[in-house]
Amino acid sequence: MNRTLKFLYLFFIYVFLYLPIVVLITYSFNDSKFSAFWHGLTFKWYKQLFHDHSLLLVTGHSFLIAVLASTVATVLGLAAAVALFRYRFYGKKLIQGLVFILIVVPDLVFGVSLLMLFVMLKVQLGFWTLLSAHITFCLPFVLVIVYSRLQTVDKNIFAAARDLGANDFLIFMRIIIPLMMPALIAGWLLSFTLSMDDVVISFFVTGPTFQILPLYIYSLTHVGITPEVNALCTLIFVFTLLLIVAAQSLIRRKV
Amino acid sequence: MMNNHLFKRFSVGLLFLWIGLFALLPFVLVCLASVLESGDTNIFVWHFTFTNYLQLFHPIYFKIFVRSLYLSVVSCSFCFMLGYPFAYICSRMPKAVKPVLIFFLMLPFWTSTLMRVYSIIVLIRGEGWLSHLLMWLGLIHQPLHLLFTQTAVLIGLVYISLPFMILPLYANLEKFDWRLLDAARDLGAGKLRILFRVVVPITKPGIIAGVMLVLLPAMTLFYVPDVLGGAKSLLLGNLIKDQFFEAHNWPFGASISMILTILMGALLLFYWKNSSEENRQELI
Repeated sequence: MNRTLKFLYLFFIYVFLYLPIVVLITYSFNDSKFSAFWHGLTFKWYKQLFHDHSLLLVTGHSFLIAVLASTVATVLGLAAAVALFRYRFYGKKLIQGLVFILIVVPDLVFGVSLLMLFVMLKVQLGFWTLLSAHITFCLPFVLVIVYSRLQTVDKNIFAAARDLGANDFLIFMRIIIPLMMPALIAGWLLSFTLSMDDVVISFFVTGPTFQILPLYIYSLTHVGITPEVNALCTLIFVFTLLLIVAAQSLIRRKV
Repeated sequence: MMNNHLFKRFSVGLLFLWIGLFALLPFVLVCLASVLESGDTNIFVWHFTFTNYLQLFHPIYFKIFVRSLYLSVVSCSFCFMLGYPFAYICSRMPKAVKPVLIFFLMLPFWTSTLMRVYSIIVLIRGEGWLSHLLMWLGLIHQPLHLLFTQTAVLIGLVYISLPFMILPLYANLEKFDWRLLDAARDLGAGKLRILFRVVVPITKPGIIAGVMLVLLPAMTLFYVPDVLGGAKSLLLGNLIKDQFFEAHNWPFGASISMILTILMGALLLFYWKNSSEENRQELI
């Protein structure tokens, strides 16, 4: 009895979490624009999607930002994690504290402060501000993932490498990067999904010249979202899922 | 040797540059902006004042602040009440099952949060799935009118925040030494007593971490009231956003953002006092 109750509880929570996704996917096959009633199965939204140039454009922008931001964030995050892990330097505690704060601070506060920065520096809001904002909010996550994996590494490896004449750069290239591969992949994927999903920070730091998917959807919420967007989000969901499954098998093979 | 110095200087320098430029400097700028006056032609007028902070106590804004605080406290409590049993059950599952359960907890994150919130409309509107289900069960006789109410905003907030409450709780409960339960039982403690005197106190850092990740962010999710709520259930996030994009009163927006930052700082301090280095790593 107790056991069934537990399973029922878990089931209830998962239903709560998954119902909106079920709705999202179901209505991408619904043969009716705007209406929330079921009018029969259709694939026409998927076909129309590929003729909607503005939707495809903002999706392309989102992918571009997500790929660039997660790649740069992964490289910088790795360097930062290694610096924090291997070296002693003045202000280290402060940096660690700030990284922690960057992770827990509400997105909105972050967005507001980046907007201030860009306006004070007189940077035109658009692609570059958006990219640097996305790199910045992804970076702490990569840093923490890599840092916690570095802590599991046997420190004697570094001592052995140094005894054999490797300098820090060689140790970085030949030992740290291969050992950190699973963490780097995980960090990249997390950054990618964070970047694709972000509404709040992007809302503050992008300009009229560069629109991305989440903000495009946000601007549609007032007039009603067409099933095309459902179809698009379903495709992106499936794509991300495949990406993560592929990454999982890659990591497993490496380890 | 030269090479070593170069590498260290490069990676440490990069870290400082990034933190300095994108974390410290913006924070200082917001601090500064919050005590300036807003101008008609320029965004700021170089005249120091604290009126921005006092403005929040103006009845219109204060009402939004209080309602927003109320909504986030209620949604945070719901997240805790729903999330704690979930994390507890998960942490007592067999080792092979645990990662699967957590995986399925994370899976929804891979679709647009905004679209998922938008999809809630179909579930809760008058002719929606929930109404139909409850009417079919005979629990209600009239369709529920949840959409564009405070309840709808609450559902949205709980929906978004729940995983952020569960993950730190789970990370904490996962490390729990279950032999303590046997010890407590041997010493004659009842089930409820064990829960409230042993389990909850030991998982306190996880609870505070969960609250930290839910309470204040919930006040800032401006798209939830935009999509699910009416004009009556504005959050603090909507107020800040409007100051930047509609009212063009940036100093006021900056000051509300500062107040959020100060609240965040207070929560962080509380967390820091109640957690160990190990706990802080679990959080992420």
